[in-house]
Amino acid sequence: MDALLELLTKDSRLNAEALATRLNLSPAAVQAKIAAWEADGTILGYQAVVDPEKIPQGGVTALIEVRLTPERGGGFDRLAERVAKFDQVATCWLMSGGYDLAVVVQADSLQEVARFVTEKLSTLGGVLSTVTHFQLKIYKQNGFLSAPTPDGARLPITP
Amino acid sequence: MMPPTFSPDPSSLRVKSKISDRIQAIPRSGIREFFELVLNAGDVISLGVGEPDFATPWHIREAAIYSLEKGQTSYTSNLGLLDLRKSISKYVAQKFHVTYDPTKEVIVTVGVSEALDLAFRALLNPGEEVIYHEPCYVSYSPTIYMAYGVPVVVETRAEDNFALRAAAVEACITPKTKVIMLNFPTNPTGAVMDPVELQGIADLAIKHDLIVITDEIYSELLYDERDHPSIAALPGMKERTILMHGFSKAFAMTGFRLGYACAPPELTEAMMKIHQYSMLCAPITAQVAAVEALEHGAAPMEEMRKAYWRRRNLVVHKLNAAGLPTFQPGGAFYAFPDIRSTGMTSREFATRLLEEEKVAVVPGTAFGKAGEGFVRACYATDETQLAIALDRIADFAQRHRR
Repeated sequence: MDALLELLTKDSRLNAEALATRLNLSPAAVQAKIAAWEADGTILGYQAVVDPEKIPQGGVTALIEVRLTPERGGGFDRLAERVAKFDQVATCWLMSGGYDLAVVVQADSLQEVARFVTEKLSTLGGVLSTVTHFQLKIYKQNGFLSAPTPDGARLPITP
Repeated sequence: MMPPTFSPDPSSLRVKSKISDRIQAIPRSGIREFFELVLNAGDVISLGVGEPDFATPWHIREAAIYSLEKGQTSYTSNLGLLDLRKSISKYVAQKFHVTYDPTKEVIVTVGVSEALDLAFRALLNPGEEVIYHEPCYVSYSPTIYMAYGVPVVVETRAEDNFALRAAAVEACITPKTKVIMLNFPTNPTGAVMDPVELQGIADLAIKHDLIVITDEIYSELLYDERDHPSIAALPGMKERTILMHGFSKAFAMTGFRLGYACAPPELTEAMMKIHQYSMLCAPITAQVAAVEALEHGAAPMEEMRKAYWRRRNLVVHKLNAAGLPTFQPGGAFYAFPDIRSTGMTSREFATRLLEEEKVAVVPGTAFGKAGEGFVRACYATDETQLAIALDRIADFAQRHRR
């Protein structure tokens, strides 16, 4: 991966000058590359990674397995893109194996997830079946541990 | 009842005189003295360490834990686990393009430090000379001395970016010279070796029939797509070279205390003799972890290397901007800024920086006289802390500019 892109995936808060210093580039070159990636969709957005357990009423998350009937010509794309457009859908992947779409849904309540599955998802033409799994606890997300243990302390001076 | 009174035990007063003259003559490491100052200074950002800030990658730690669960708690062969020696042989062949027979040319040791001690004790008759370059790691000179050898210093210079010149080595060769000791990339300067000079040193070793010891501990931590040939791979050198390497720096395994030496069978056997009577073998848990590191550790190591690379760029940029000329080190994780613009000695600079800004760096003189006018700043430090420390150093340098 490009060193600049890699650093942005680790910490997207660094400004152009800070990025440039770390990578031995000029700030103008950094800005130009980022602008190009934003324009061509390589960079889709920037987010903070939040632990929902730390915020009151953090809502619920569910993973829904969806089986579909593929369509002649388009395969799964038309249906999958339609599912992905719902605001509640955080992630939507086409999978190999026993089902077709893995859909991660985030909602305020269990009832809201139920309504989404029964009223929106299951009723779509082409959806054969759904299996809904609710998330119980997060141990790690996007590379961040929920309860990181501090590494052992080093001596302040070593040879 | 009377409290017991303590009168000095007369025998303890005489104990000091019982310590051998040779050991009494060794000064304490300059780094140790400074260590105590730092401990007393309280809440300090330390750029004074010589080890990674990363904990050992989890897959390696997990392998160590699993070996304990399985009850792998025995001695190993004196040379080390054969599986580990095979992995070492494969890794060294891939990385340095020299092949060693894992059954008789590889010995696993408790860090490169032990390997060095074994090598000098195996090689040196009293009074024989070892040429090494300063500024350097603090152990070289005392280890040579404790093996009854005579340390002979070649000073590398800031004007040369602390590179070693074959001509400077040649000027030190006498009929008593037995070994040339190399360490590139170098602790504390981050200097790397020029391939032409490396060939020059190999030619000298062959011409004068010398042994070369090369400490490759930082050889994975190279930047700017630099090639790092080991002297062991040059024609005619394998049979007169001891290649030493370990897991501490590249795999972030300092506390596992594991290293190795690759050398011709006769030399390996001689080192093994000392090792078997003094150490017996390296700890098995560390050896099992090391197999995991060599077989599956490439990706996490590369992640760490890239992090060091980014920090090196940051540190060199900021130190130069602060008016402390710092050359771009090609390897390791140290910057070696020139602090002479402050008019202070290395020791004064480090002490006052600690007192005034609560940032610890190590005086260059801890690594030899040639380090005067410089300090070692280790950038294997969390980036946020590093940025704060650099700002403080900049303030300090500004305030004390002469």
